[in-house]
This record gives sequence, C-alpha cells and structure tokens, in this order.
Amino acid sequence: MAALNIKKGSSSHSAYDLRDFHSEVERSHTLAVIVENEPGVLARVIGLFSGRGYNIDSLTVAEIDHKGHTSRITIVTRGTEAVIEQIRAQLGRIVPVHEVHDLTTEATAVERELALFKVAGTGEKRVEALRLADIFRANVVDSTLESFVFEITGTSDKIDAFAELMRPLGLVDVARTGVAALARGV
Amino acid sequence: MSRQMTGAEMVVQALKDQGVDTIFGYPGGAVLPIYDAIFQQNDIKHILVRHEQAAVHMAEGYARSTGKPGCVLVTSGPGATNAVTGLTDALMDSIPLVVFSGQVPTFMIGTDGFQEADTVGITRACTKHNWLVKDPSKLSETIHQAFHVATSGRPGPVLIDLPKDVQFASAEYTGPKTARTEHYRPKVKGDLDAITKLVEMMETAERPIFYTGGGVINSGSAASQLLRELVDATGFPITSTLMGLGAYPASGKNWLGMLGMHGLYEANLAMHDCDLMINLGARFDDRITGRVADFSPNSVKAHVDIDASSINKIIQVDLPILGDIGHVLEDLLKVWKARGRKTNKEGLGKWWSKIDEWKKVRCLSYTNSDTIIKPQYALQRLEELTKGRDRYITTEVGQHQMWAAQFLGFEAPNRWMTSGGLGTMGYGFPASIGVQVAHPDALVINIAGEASWLMNMQEMGTATQFRAPVKQFILNNERLGMVRQWQDLLHGGRYSQSWSESLPDFVKLAESFGWKGIVVSDPKELDDAIMEMIEYDGPVLFDCLVEKHENCFPMIPSGKPHNDMLLSADAEAFRGGAALV
Ligand SMILES: Cc1ncc(C[n+]2csc(CCOP(=O)(O)OP(=O)(O)O)c2C)c(N)n1
Ligand SMILES: [Mg+2]
Repeated sequence: MAALNIKKGSSSHSAYDLRDFHSEVERSHTLAVIVENEPGVLARVIGLFSGRGYNIDSLTVAEIDHKGHTSRITIVTRGTEAVIEQIRAQLGRIVPVHEVHDLTTEATAVERELALFKVAGTGEKRVEALRLADIFRANVVDSTLESFVFEITGTSDKIDAFAELMRPLGLVDVARTGVAALARGV
Repeated sequence: MSRQMTGAEMVVQALKDQGVDTIFGYPGGAVLPIYDAIFQQNDIKHILVRHEQAAVHMAEGYARSTGKPGCVLVTSGPGATNAVTGLTDALMDSIPLVVFSGQVPTFMIGTDGFQEADTVGITRACTKHNWLVKDPSKLSETIHQAFHVATSGRPGPVLIDLPKDVQFASAEYTGPKTARTEHYRPKVKGDLDAITKLVEMMETAERPIFYTGGGVINSGSAASQLLRELVDATGFPITSTLMGLGAYPASGKNWLGMLGMHGLYEANLAMHDCDLMINLGARFDDRITGRVADFSPNSVKAHVDIDASSINKIIQVDLPILGDIGHVLEDLLKVWKARGRKTNKEGLGKWWSKIDEWKKVRCLSYTNSDTIIKPQYALQRLEELTKGRDRYITTEVGQHQMWAAQFLGFEAPNRWMTSGGLGTMGYGFPASIGVQVAHPDALVINIAGEASWLMNMQEMGTATQFRAPVKQFILNNERLGMVRQWQDLLHGGRYSQSWSESLPDFVKLAESFGWKGIVVSDPKELDDAIMEMIEYDGPVLFDCLVEKHENCFPMIPSGKPHNDMLLSADAEAFRGGAALV
C-alpha cells in the first residue's frame, strides 16, 4: 500500500478520488426520477425496488411535460449511503429513465404532501377538530352536521402530527398523495 | 426512405436493414403473418428449433461468437414463456438479443384469450427493455430502437411483443437512420483524470493484477487487442473470470488462469495479496469474491465498467471509471506511454517470484488412471488434439464446465460460450448450434455433462435439418456431478437424487437422428476416438464414459476467503463451516 502513495478516504466527491468506507447509517432520501411517459415505466421502477429488496416509503407520479412525454416520479426511500448509490445507479440503467436526482444530497429541497382527513364527531370534539385544523392551516373542503373533510398541505412530518391529533377526535379516513419535492433555488 | 407495408413485412424489412442474416424461431398462431413474410423472401435464414428455450440459447451462441445481436421469433403464450430462461441467461451474461413474440390481437388483450400471456409483464424482469407495440405506425422505429438498446451500453436481451392485428395492419416503414435513440446513449469515454490517477498507481504498484471479465469481450475485438498490448507492455499478471476467457491468450506469458470458486490457486492468491487490483469489465460476482469481508483486504481497487450499477455494488472500490473498456484501455495506454512507460520493476520482480512459488503447487494436478478415463485427462487430450484449429467451445453447466475452463486454453475472444451468471443446464448444446450456424466451417464443440445435455436434446433434429456438424463431447459420469460433489463435501455423502438414471444408449440415439455416435471408455482409445469425432463431416454425439466420483478442485467453498482453498479431497477441512449457498 505504501508504495502507491494513496490516502484512503479522501473527502473530495470527485468521481475518482479514493473514498471513505460508506457509513452504515440508514437515512431517508428523496429521489426525483424523470422518465419517458410510456406504458410500463412505473412498473419497471417499482419492480426494481421489489426485485432488489429496496424500501419505498412514498411514491408519487404524474406527467409533467405533455409535449415532451415526460413524467416525474418522486420516491422516498431509506438506506445506507451505499444502498442509495446502488438504487440511483439501478434506476439510471432503466432505458426510459432520463434523469435521477437525489434531492437529499444534491441540494436542499422543498418537500410537500397533500392529505385529506375525514373527521366525524359532534359537540366538544367537533369544535376542537376545527380549532386544530385552523392552527395547522388545514382547509375545510366538505362538511356535514357530523363530519368534516380537511385538506392539509405540508411536510410529511406535519401531516403525521395532524393525524395524531385528529385520531382521538374521530378520525375516520385518510388519503395522502405522497411526497412531491423540488430543489430550492435555480 | 419510407413506404407502406404490413407490420409483418416491416419486421422482415427492419431485420434486413439491421444486417440480420439469421433468426432462430418457432411458429404459432400469433406470429403466422410474420412467418408468411419470411416465406416470401430469401435474405434472412430461419432456423427452426424444437423448443423456444433452445432458440434463445442458439441466438446467444450466435451473438457471443460473432459480436452481433442474436435474433429470435416465438409465438404468444407458451412460445414466449418458453423463452424466459434464455432471456434471463442472456441478461445475466450481457448478451445482445432481439426477441420478437407474437401476442393476441390488441382488442383481445386482457381477456385471457387463447394463448394470451402478459409477455411484457413476465419478461420485464428478464430483459434489458421490452415493448408492446399497439400502433403499427410506431413499429419500425421501435424495432430499430430495440437493436440500439440491445447492443449499446451494457448489452442485453430486449423483447418486442407484437399483437397479431398489428402484424396485419399497414403503415409507413421508416429505416434505421430516422429512429430516435438519443435519450439512450450510455457514456463510453472514461474520465481522463481518473485514468491518469490509475496510471499513477500502476507506475508505483508493487503487486498489481489485472482482473478481467466478460466486459472486455463485449467491448469488441479491439478491446482484447489493447488489453494484450497493455498487459505485455507493463508485465503485470492477469487473471480472468469465466466470462472473460480468451480476451488475453492462455499462452500469453502473464496469464495466471481463471480465478474464482474453481479458479487457479495462483490466480486467487494473487488476487488476495495484490496491492493494486485493476478490474476491467468484471462485476465482483460471488463466485469470484468468496467472503466479501475478506476479499483482497490490502489492495487499492480500480474498476472500469460501462454499467454504473456494477460499480460499488458488492465491493467498494477506490477508483471507479465509468466507460467502455475499449475506449478506456486506449486512453490508459496513451497516458501510460506518454508518462514514460513506468512500472515498479523491483516490486514486480518480487511479485512474480511469489506468483511462481504459488504456481509450483500445480493446483490442477490429478491422479490419472490407465483403466478409467479421468474427465481432466479427456479435456487435456481434446485440447492437445484441437489446439492449432480455430475452435469454438460451448459448455453445459456442472463439473465438466469448470474442468473445461481449467484445462482448455483460449487464444482469442468470442471462442468460449458458457452460461456464467445464470448457470443454465441445457445451454451448451443449442448454443453450439447457434455458433455453428454463424461459422459453418468451424470446429464447434460442446463440452457437456450427460445430465445437462439431456435438457435440450430435442435439438438433435435441428442440427440434422440444418446440417450443423456440431460435436457433442459428453463427459458422462452418470451423475449430476456438481450436485454430487457438494453432497460429498457438505451433506455427508448422502447422494440425494444426483444419479443420472435410465440414460439412453447415446450411440443409438445419435444414429436415430442421422448423427454419428461414438462411445469410449478406455483411455488408450481416447485419442483415436477424438480424432474420429473431429474428422467426421457431420454432427457427432461423443459419449465419453469417465470416472464417476471425481471432484473438481481447486475449490473455494462458498463464503470462504480466497486464501482458504481446497486443493484436493480434503473433505474434513471443508466441513468446518462453509456457507450453504
Ligand atoms: C436448469 C438447471 N437446473 C439445475 C441446476 C443445478 N445443477 C448445477 S450442476 C448440476 C449437475 C449437472 O450434471 P451434468 O450435466 O451431468 O454435469 P457434471 O457436473 O456431471 O459434469 C445441477 C443439477 C442448474 N445449474 N441448471
Ligand atoms: Mg454428469
């Protein structure tokens, strides 16, 4: 080793510098995958995750450029640095995948999720639900004498917190979109 | 140039425009229009197989021995599902294939129609990419894209599923030049700074080694040429995986032989003890690394690969270089020469003395016999008697495959076709037919085990029909030898279901298909029998009755490090806790 004059574990992130052993800590990463909008492309992405044993915590997909036939898939996954690097490389290998971005490491990103909550109840609980919804800036998008449907947007943590608060107040049903994310700045 | 034609005609036209001369296939209801178009032309030869799995293996043999993509045509439902093993095999070994499957008409898809299968769904996991073409106007472009995808970047099999109504419908045909391929353009040039860094390491390394794989073969013959130049000029030792044999000649002075589970002692120890490992187009497969934690613990590792996902997948490397081997080798040589062709001569001298010590172990030695043909001896004689010829070897899977890799020498790329990644018994015989179709006058030999060979024996008819003079060299130990070996070493000699019972009389079987059959059991008659096989103008089934209980060594038990190798039948040492993989 000495004869090679090489330091292991250089901190530079260039493609060829000697790297440190990857840490074993698992972390949540948000990946943005820009794909050709063609049949089966979502199945390929999901098949990759199930076939190779990776986790999907959240997944959203929609066409973002009708003329260019591209869709954006946002995936929240979890793994060690080495696993995330593998996931990125494996995604990049799928033929209709144009770009893969790790929004957790490449840049700071804004992440938002939209959720709908149906809360049923009367009296004190109903009033309390409405008061908390106001604090969380949730909108009432439907109401009956016994129920509300709230619409809330925010980070996944915020939505989790809102769900916790609604549960004792008569939470009946939840629909969440999963995370949409964009890098900050230009 | 564009003109109106039916979907079926487009398939044939696109194949011609892609330079295809041969397609392996089997007809059925859902591809009849394409068969009709094939009937009405003479440019593309159709090889009628006896089972679709074999069609895919033939196309693999064709592709591996020519460097061109192999083409297959199968019908819907069972035709497509029969192709799945071959597709998986080709995906694992990065073999470029373009497979066409018939499908029920578009208006019937999803109704569980007769011979309907979700072919794109089933083959999504075993193709590099696949397409279901529903719009006839997109068909010709899709086929041209399919050829592009199969052959560029890391090669692999692709599949196009063609509903029957699309084959009948008329649309405009467009040629290869207008096909849109720009969004799939894998990077071929390696980063020059990284290449320079590698040269710097090569200049000072005391114990360097080249570890090469199938990527060198896939990169084309120029890559093998450059590899030879680099290895000979630097004087570094070189070893190769099963898939990379032939890229550097076995007679070359720096050749250490194959590495891995059944690789040579000197190759594995050199990998374990090196200080600079230069991986060219290999993928740190588990048959190579053994126990990952102990894999070559003190080396700096560089890895050149065209597939980013192969880098840092199993072994964390210090210097990744993403690019095509041929391109990277060209730059590497340029930079190394420009900087004065430096190596650490003193270090290298010591390194080679160490390697020469390891070679003295003579790890491939075995106890020969006057009365029974040892499988190793049969291969040594075959090697001796076919050496000077431009010979193509395919294999099945098992002990015979490993012995073939150990005892046969490969001087050129594309002469060795074996199922490495998937380990598919039944691969070798059809692959040999595919090779022979591509090289009608060459000597093509399939080194087989009797059990593997039976898995696709129906292809005897194909060889007869298309006058493919393939030689089937069966090392008949009347055992599923590799299974028996593991049972011997790991399961207390309880040989559960590892006999080859009720074998046919191979000579009679040969004759019934119009082949020549030869059976030999006496070592003294072996040479004459081999010569008779080689000189016979037609297919030969060579039943070589060999020792039934021979084990294949050296062997690194699964989950053991490289320096913990079994050199002989030391079963006790082996039982001391090998992983059961
Ligand atoms: C399709 C398939 N099924 C099962 C196996 C597992 N397997 C590996 S080697 C082997 C025995 C091969 O026997 P034979 O072809 O006679 O070769 P030998 O080892 O005796 O040389 C088996 C069953 C396999 N590789 N492929
Ligand atoms: Mg056998």
